Amino acid sequence: MSADTLYDKVWDQHKVADLPNGQDQLFIGLHLIHEVTSPQPFSELRERGIEVPYPERNVATVDHIVPTQPEGRERPLADESAEGMLTALERNTSESDIQFYGLDSEKQGITHVVAPELGLTQPGMTVVCGDSHTATHGAFGSIAFGIGTSQVRDVLASQCVAADKADVRRIETEGRLGPGVHSKDLILKIIAELGVDGGVGYVYEYGGEAIRDLSMEERLAVCNMSIEGGARAGYINPDETTYEFLRGREFAPEGEAFEERKAYWESIRSDPDADYDDVVHLDVSDLAPMVTWGTNPGQAVGVSEPVPAPADLPEGKREAARTAQDHTGVEPGEPMAGYDIDVAFLGTCTNGRVSDFREAAAVLEGREVHDDVRALAVPGSQTVKSKLEAEGIDEVFREAGFDWREAGCSMCLAMNDDSLEGDERCASSSNRNYVGRQGSKDGRTVLMSPAMVAAAAVAGEVTDVREMEGGA
Amino acid sequence: MSDEGSQSPRQDDVGVEEMKVRRVAGTGVPVRGDDIDTDQIIPARFLKTTTWEGLDEYAFYDARRDDDGERNDHPFNEYKGANVLVVNDNFGCGSSREHAPRALARWGVEAIVGESFAEIFADNCKSLGIPAATAEPETVAELQDFIEATPDAGIELEVAAETVTYDGKTVDVDIDEAMRGALVQGIWDTVALLRSKMDAIDETAADLPYVESR
Ligand code: SF4
Repeated sequence: MSADTLYDKVWDQHKVADLPNGQDQLFIGLHLIHEVTSPQPFSELRERGIEVPYPERNVATVDHIVPTQPEGRERPLADESAEGMLTALERNTSESDIQFYGLDSEKQGITHVVAPELGLTQPGMTVVCGDSHTATHGAFGSIAFGIGTSQVRDVLASQCVAADKADVRRIETEGRLGPGVHSKDLILKIIAELGVDGGVGYVYEYGGEAIRDLSMEERLAVCNMSIEGGARAGYINPDETTYEFLRGREFAPEGEAFEERKAYWESIRSDPDADYDDVVHLDVSDLAPMVTWGTNPGQAVGVSEPVPAPADLPEGKREAARTAQDHTGVEPGEPMAGYDIDVAFLGTCTNGRVSDFREAAAVLEGREVHDDVRALAVPGSQTVKSKLEAEGIDEVFREAGFDWREAGCSMCLAMNDDSLEGDERCASSSNRNYVGRQGSKDGRTVLMSPAMVAAAAVAGEVTDVREMEGGA
Repeated sequence: MSDEGSQSPRQDDVGVEEMKVRRVAGTGVPVRGDDIDTDQIIPARFLKTTTWEGLDEYAFYDARRDDDGERNDHPFNEYKGANVLVVNDNFGCGSSREHAPRALARWGVEAIVGESFAEIFADNCKSLGIPAATAEPETVAELQDFIEATPDAGIELEVAAETVTYDGKTVDVDIDEAMRGALVQGIWDTVALLRSKMDAIDETAADLPYVESR
């Protein structure tokens, strides 16, 4: 009886060779490409006369720089450097025979939303992308991690990366999430407990009762933020939820082939007696909706808990907490509930999927966005957008006073026109609250679940969504 | 390196054997001055490109021109065809842009000898297969004087031996151990390294249930 984790098994199956520098050469099953980190690698390959050996294992879309207003998407794009990146990606993918979902495709969207919904990401794959939130795809039981620009080049040239194997930490959840508490709250709690660098050198395996209960979309949100906890990858063992999600997706196997593949997927699950380098237990039965009070994703508390006083924190965290509270303007000892909000932003690769918008819509139904709040709903992909429109959910958002947009990264990092201004305070379903992240160096970001963003949009301040009808 | 587009996707690019950088021989180009930062090597306004192509044009772009835009007597205008760059203290400091050594390499630089280098700059040189060797200030000064006096005279850098030979004499230089190892063993170029295993890559892929046989 072996005692391997999924990580061990999948790694071994993809290992091509030992490299002279001590690293492993790893075959990559799925390489996702976007416009920001790919131009130089393609250019280098062209100059060296190297062709992509496995074009069918590479898929591209455009997300970071795209305008989210329909009229802004006319070509050429108004922003010259954005247009340059898009044109380069069009040329590069067409010359290399790589599938590209561009602005004219109804499947365009954020890479980490597009690949799962098309069934491209599957259990047991190795998945990389020149983007740190590649960990998202681990929700299927794949090994998925972000890579740098020179590794993007390596993958294009060889379908491999040189990589070091990490340790595996099992995060064992106990108890179940209460009503109105979502997977975003769970991952914010994990990061708050283990720290933003607690996962350095580890891959996180999430498991236990609360994880088992989650839908596939909720699992994606958990794995997405692994990197925010310092872990380059995070994964969940595949189960019936995973298989049912994949059934019928465009790139998933069909019929008998599906059943055969499922047997393989079952075989890569971590063994019951697998050896972990570390195990952490976390009881989540009393978990409340989580919100950040500072300028990193680990500075988070339950919505009604007091914000910690820097002096009460461990020595190493005090100074950072002081600087962060100066920036966000929160009062230690007070709860985040009641913190004024100027902007509500719903979307991103963390929480820009169909169920995220449904949860928010349940809160918004029959309500209006507060007069002092500008609110932006940006579906994670055009597929998400059209599904929501078919359900009439866009109407709920529009009637409540949200701006309803086209798919892209948008105000997550403000590489397009969507940006915080001045010292605006933003209730955001994104994953990073670093200073300046949303486009203004004085802007303040409060991370929270989609339902909580909706509640904050209506109330004009951070609010416990469970106290609102539709929120629990 | 091969001609553009001449390579089949499955054919090995360069063997590890060819990637071994054991010695660089040619002529020198002296660029004098301490603390020459990456902004001088390539000004930030040229970084907005989506390719590496044409970067040689931008190497020392501002330093190579007078205020009126005319080319001046900067060594990068005068020593065309040289491949051993000789610099002074703390070369390549400032922003970590990989564009800097790339622009130098585009221009023709294959090895750099200097009093000292900024760490990230030296690292970037390594990943391009460019040895960055340090030497005593007097050694560097003599070398620079020699090149200026006889621009066409040969210079040779031996990587493993850590020596520079010119004008009938051999002087000692230092090359960081990790850099020396990577260059001499031919493992600085991950693309070539990974592609040298194309058969093993295909075998691994063929065993994966989700990769269609080809
Ligand atoms: S949505 Fe944000 S975190 Fe996700 S890929 Fe885009 S910019 Fe990165």
